[in-house]
Amino acid sequence: MKGLWRPTGLRLRLLLAFASLGLTTTAVVAGVSYVQARNVILQQAQDSAVIRLKEQVAQVTPIRSLPPTQADLRKIAADLSDGDESALVTYHGSNAGDEQLSAALTPQLQAAVSSGQVVWQRRATDGHPYLLIGTQLMRTSDEGDRYPSGLEIYRLHSLDAEQASVDRLASLAWLTGGLSLVLAVLLALIAAQGVLRPVRELGRAARRLGDGDLSTRLAVRGTDELAGVARTFNHTAERLQRQVDELRRLEADARRFVADVSHELRTPLTAMTAVTDVLDEEAPRLPGDAGRAARLVSQETHNLTRLVNDLIEVTRFDSGTAALALDEVDVAEAVRATLRARGWTDQVSTDLPPGTLARLDPRRLDVIVANLVGNALRHGAPPVSVWLRADPDWIVLTVGDRGPGLDPQVLPHVFDRFYKADSARSRSEGSGLGLAIAWENARLHRAGAARGSLAAGNDPAGGAVFTLRLPRNPLDPQRPDAARAGVTGGRP
Amino acid sequence: MSRVLLIEDHQTVRDGLQLALSRQGHTVDAVATGEQGLARLRTTTADVVVLDLMLPGMDGFEVCRRIRSTGDLPIIMLTARSDDMDVVAGLEAGADDYVVKPVQPRVLEARIRAVLRRTGGEPGPSGTEPAVERHGGLTIDRAALVVTKNGAPVGLAPTELRLLLELSGTPGRVLSRQQLLEAVWEHAYLGDSRLVDACVQRLRAKLEDDSAAPVYVQTVRGFGYRFGPL
Repeated sequence: MKGLWRPTGLRLRLLLAFASLGLTTTAVVAGVSYVQARNVILQQAQDSAVIRLKEQVAQVTPIRSLPPTQADLRKIAADLSDGDESALVTYHGSNAGDEQLSAALTPQLQAAVSSGQVVWQRRATDGHPYLLIGTQLMRTSDEGDRYPSGLEIYRLHSLDAEQASVDRLASLAWLTGGLSLVLAVLLALIAAQGVLRPVRELGRAARRLGDGDLSTRLAVRGTDELAGVARTFNHTAERLQRQVDELRRLEADARRFVADVSHELRTPLTAMTAVTDVLDEEAPRLPGDAGRAARLVSQETHNLTRLVNDLIEVTRFDSGTAALALDEVDVAEAVRATLRARGWTDQVSTDLPPGTLARLDPRRLDVIVANLVGNALRHGAPPVSVWLRADPDWIVLTVGDRGPGLDPQVLPHVFDRFYKADSARSRSEGSGLGLAIAWENARLHRAGAARGSLAAGNDPAGGAVFTLRLPRNPLDPQRPDAARAGVTGGRP
Repeated sequence: MSRVLLIEDHQTVRDGLQLALSRQGHTVDAVATGEQGLARLRTTTADVVVLDLMLPGMDGFEVCRRIRSTGDLPIIMLTARSDDMDVVAGLEAGADDYVVKPVQPRVLEARIRAVLRRTGGEPGPSGTEPAVERHGGLTIDRAALVVTKNGAPVGLAPTELRLLLELSGTPGRVLSRQQLLEAVWEHAYLGDSRLVDACVQRLRAKLEDDSAAPVYVQTVRGFGYRFGPL
């Protein structure tokens, strides 16, 4: 049903259920007892009043003769009146006693009294309840027969005392109802707590599990359905944790294996590298095949060294041990130095605005630029160009060539490890890790949540374009003195 | 030429480096452990030590510290990795420079020559420039290569001395880490700035009254280091 308001929370629902249950029970019990007690009280009051009136009437001085004189009537009325009871005596139109009472008498009442019945009626004047009793004085004939004398007696009996009792009963009922409502709410809260706490714990635990804390477990209490849910949760979490641990272990093993192999290769490579100069120098003097073999060993030793160094670099990224050594760098000057050191200055056209300062790792920038420009020179077509742009937060370095560009199918994979766009390309051109390492180096620079990036694309005018974005002032957790004041120690 | 003490536990690496350095004209004394190396230094002299950090028995750091405690013999360490704590720990132990395995012989050769040049005397000051400078409690004799603090001589390793001479040559001017690497370590291109930081720390430990509040060698954040102003 659309328009119906439905309480949503479990706690609220339990609360409402308990409260309505408590209220209903109390209302029924208190209501029924109240009505019963009230009836009994009033009935008793009525009965005793009637009985008393009858007894008093019987004791009234017998009427010697009918019709009675006015004085007789007054005497009877006086006999039957006391503190809070007033009486009216009538005999065929003549009254004595409480005259106000005669105005209140209804014809039906008078008719009933005339016919010899004892009549009572409850009524209220000015908020005070009264019982009006009417009866007819009976006479006994000489033969012993009783017959109505025509002398009617009405008496007003105050019910204030009874009303007070009934009122007390009512307030007692209200009080009971209120107390039971409070009790019901308290019970509801306790019950809700009992149900809600495990449910809330389950929710929290599931959230922690989802956030990756696989060691999350629930305390199993009791044997009810909630305990069953907790047990199932624990079982699931345990299985999940075991499988993830297993996967992590396998992955770590694989990574450690690559790292170990790379490091193991380093020792023989160090020895080989140490003597390649000897081979290079002696090769021209060696006869024929021996000379060629010596040059080949030397060349491949260099290639192998590069591959192993790249592999070690990659394992460092994978294990998260790659660290930034940040320095304030004039980016244009750094790029020029990279080109100069590799003898590329004449082959590359540059647009490098001077004075673009950035705080970055100059060696990693060198690795990135050398990779990008080296790639462009090898695979693209001249002219290879490098241009630098900067805004207050980022530097953007673009390396482009005028070659055929990158195959759209290759684009998503250019930064994959050992990805070869052209399977025929010989391995001596590179380790197959260069762009992957450049990409990792770019991402290592970060400013807050933002990270450096390296992207590959094609220029609409032709040629491949690589775009490097690095933050100008990345956070620097490595160098503790960066956190200190501008000048440490001395006067500013 | 020069006498090189090579401490390296792998025999093939030892042989290869000995061969390469010998062909460059050095006299190479090669030993396999740190203990042997220290023993050799007691009986013979060397101009420079090439020290592998990963050694069986006494490790390279300890060897480095012991050599440093007895004199100012230059030390170049051979390390397996360039990024890890080994480099920092080695530099803190007092190494002057480091190379990463596998090392090109000509790179090692260039580092050895650079470190030896630091040990040798600087060409004396030309003209009428006084050779002895005073900076607060510090006296620097550029000709005799002697530094005293409050009259007492300060024992500085060659690299530390070169760094101090370079910084104090232009008091009050900030020199970047790369500038210092080129001037002191002769790393023409993209050296490791940790070399400078580690050497500055050692220098401060010897010169400053309070290393945490340096007076002579001050850090200028984001730029480099500056001598004074006092």
